[in-house]
Amino acid sequence: MTLRDTAPSPLPVRRSSGGSMLYDPTIRGIVFQILIVLALVLFGWWIVHNTIVNLRAANIASGFDFLQTRAGYDIAQKPIEYSIDDTHGDAFVIGLLNTLIVAALGIVFATILGFIIGIARLSPNWLLSKVAAVYVETFRNIPLLLQLLFWYKAVLSVLPGPRQGLVLPLGSNLSNRGLIIPRPIAGESFDVVLWALLAGIVAAYGIHRWARARQMATGQIFPSGIVGLAVIVVVTLVAYAATGGPLTLEYPELKGFNFVGGLVLKPEFMALLLGLTIYTAAFIAEVVRAGILAISWGQSEAAYALGLRPGRTMRLVIVPQAMRVIIPPLTSQYLNLTKNSSLAVAVGYPDLVAVFAGSTLNITGRAVEVIFITMSVYLIISLITAAFMNWFNSRVALIER
Amino acid sequence: MTDVASPGPDPRSAIYVRGTFVPPAPPPGSIVGPLGWSRRHLFSSPANIAVTIFTILLLAWAVPPMLDWLIFNAVWTGENREACLAPEGGKVGACWAFIQAKFGQILYGRYPLDQRWRVDLVAVLFVAGLVPLAIPRVPFKRQNAVLMLTAFPVAAYFLLYGGLGLPVVETALWGGLLVTLVVAVTGIVASLPLGILLALGRRSKLPIVKLVSVVFIEFWRGVPLITVLFMASVMLPLFLPSGVNFDKLLRALIGVALFSAAYMAETIRGGLQAIPKGQYEAAAAMGLGYWQSMRLIILPQALKIVIPGIVNSFISLFKDTSLVLIIGLFDVLGIIQLNFSDANWSAPNVPATGFIFAALVFWIFCFGMSRYSQYMERRLDTGHSRH
Repeated sequence: MTLRDTAPSPLPVRRSSGGSMLYDPTIRGIVFQILIVLALVLFGWWIVHNTIVNLRAANIASGFDFLQTRAGYDIAQKPIEYSIDDTHGDAFVIGLLNTLIVAALGIVFATILGFIIGIARLSPNWLLSKVAAVYVETFRNIPLLLQLLFWYKAVLSVLPGPRQGLVLPLGSNLSNRGLIIPRPIAGESFDVVLWALLAGIVAAYGIHRWARARQMATGQIFPSGIVGLAVIVVVTLVAYAATGGPLTLEYPELKGFNFVGGLVLKPEFMALLLGLTIYTAAFIAEVVRAGILAISWGQSEAAYALGLRPGRTMRLVIVPQAMRVIIPPLTSQYLNLTKNSSLAVAVGYPDLVAVFAGSTLNITGRAVEVIFITMSVYLIISLITAAFMNWFNSRVALIER
Repeated sequence: MTDVASPGPDPRSAIYVRGTFVPPAPPPGSIVGPLGWSRRHLFSSPANIAVTIFTILLLAWAVPPMLDWLIFNAVWTGENREACLAPEGGKVGACWAFIQAKFGQILYGRYPLDQRWRVDLVAVLFVAGLVPLAIPRVPFKRQNAVLMLTAFPVAAYFLLYGGLGLPVVETALWGGLLVTLVVAVTGIVASLPLGILLALGRRSKLPIVKLVSVVFIEFWRGVPLITVLFMASVMLPLFLPSGVNFDKLLRALIGVALFSAAYMAETIRGGLQAIPKGQYEAAAAMGLGYWQSMRLIILPQALKIVIPGIVNSFISLFKDTSLVLIIGLFDVLGIIQLNFSDANWSAPNVPATGFIFAALVFWIFCFGMSRYSQYMERRLDTGHSRH
């Protein structure tokens, strides 16, 4: 590297010779990484060794065979058949299903509420936007666990008993036993209605495809959204009427001190759902607000200049671009909601953590295996979400010049 | 202007030109003042009027009962549950007397009464160190930060736990706001440097360092904190040689710190990615090594960008401290909940009162932090961002 050497020559590969080996970044990197691997292996070995010694000293067996043994405890809410004679593996499935149920419902409700609050916060109406801001700042800054306990212990548990419960329409009743609503019972030919619904959806999609192709070819616009919705509703209703109304409602009846029949939403479930929805909606509202604000005003002006009316501007120009900004943080909020549903253990809702990392762990004492399985489930859910996010990001990424 | 406005006819000016300004007419009443303001912001269109009426109805339905419950019908003083029971046929609101009676526990837990001055002293030291750090105009930031990170933790440890002549107070006796703040502050202080290291590791060119960082970060971010705390309380004793017994509080602290470090790392990585490549190249061209260029060039800029994200991590960490009650530690929420079982104070309105008070405590801290971060964001804004 002399100054006379002005001709552009490829950089010389630095050869490490003797004393300068200490300063060669490549060699340093390799040595450093070898040291890290050694340290990690030693650390891992130390932990495994300690665990084995401790388990042996405490006389705890290890292995996953406990999944096939009798669980011996009942679960308060079971979406599928389960009795105390079933295995720990079955209990695991029930817990997982309960987690997925509350997470799915929470995601639906939190999205609806979050979008409403987020748009309300951007409203030109001062009063409405301030109310939305107060909602967000209140519920975002209070721990979820506290909110869950509040709904469960301070609101739902102090409701009067079923006899003095709050009477709601359609024979529903809200009391300290939970919310009791009529149970829909599918008749024999109900699957015909479901098939009709599916056929309606397919037909609506076909109409949408045809309308789009025609618009591309001729420029004529066909109201495919409304027509498609009408097709779905009409086809389903016709099928429902033709099969003679195969859906009946089983109304709850007050017998003695409690209700018989109907669908019972237990206070534990309602508290968890309410808490997750209200808490996550505050975050989703902020995500939505940030997403809409991220679209510059020039986009609206350009759309107006092209002659689009405000509704169409919103639907065709603003929302598609805002969704690009909204969906990644929205997905991470969904993931947070799913992970937060593990706080169910605090209000006694039998989710995966409460059932498996609670009851099963206490009965079998297989801490390592149980925690490993529980963590793996959440990790897998996270990884699937992350994979979806990467796919989505690559799909909607702006292709820049 | 004074020329034109000067009174009296000027003989040189044309007769048809006014010598004075017409005084400006007052703005129309419909666009200024409270009336104009409400017209613009509340009643600008039929839809807007409908929204305003709907919101007012909503507030009229929700706010008066809340105020009644919180303030007007509330019981402010009393010796026991008798005070908080509803009078015959009447209504009763919040039972603030319960909070008053348990206030000492909410602050200190079961810390011995005659030793509570030690907690107070730590709190005074903490505030005395933190306030000058938080106010930008106060000098000696570096010395202060060094003191807060070295001398203060040592002093706090000996004052809170004991030793050096002070009687030992087991952590099982700690509780209330003391535990909340100890967990939160330790978590924050431990997670920031760990998060910086992990973020640098994730962007490292060394494949194994990168792999280790990615696996570590994604693992902790993929699992709920509650399973981490379960792991810390159930499995950590298994991992250590028999005979080594870890304190329950310390186990929770380790779990919380590792968990939040992973989130902190992702926040900081966002800042590192936002630094243009030219900065790295310029640092290398100046002959700075890796650590020098990180310390002097990259991190100061990257950390500044992500201050809002870091504070958001602090806020979620602070809220997450409430989870320690699930593994049997008594933070603010835990100690309040523990006191619901006090037969002396079992009244139907006590749980709601307790939870609302705990919510207020958490809210004040979290809201304060978020406001402070907005203030710092404005202050540190050097005009490099596009907006």
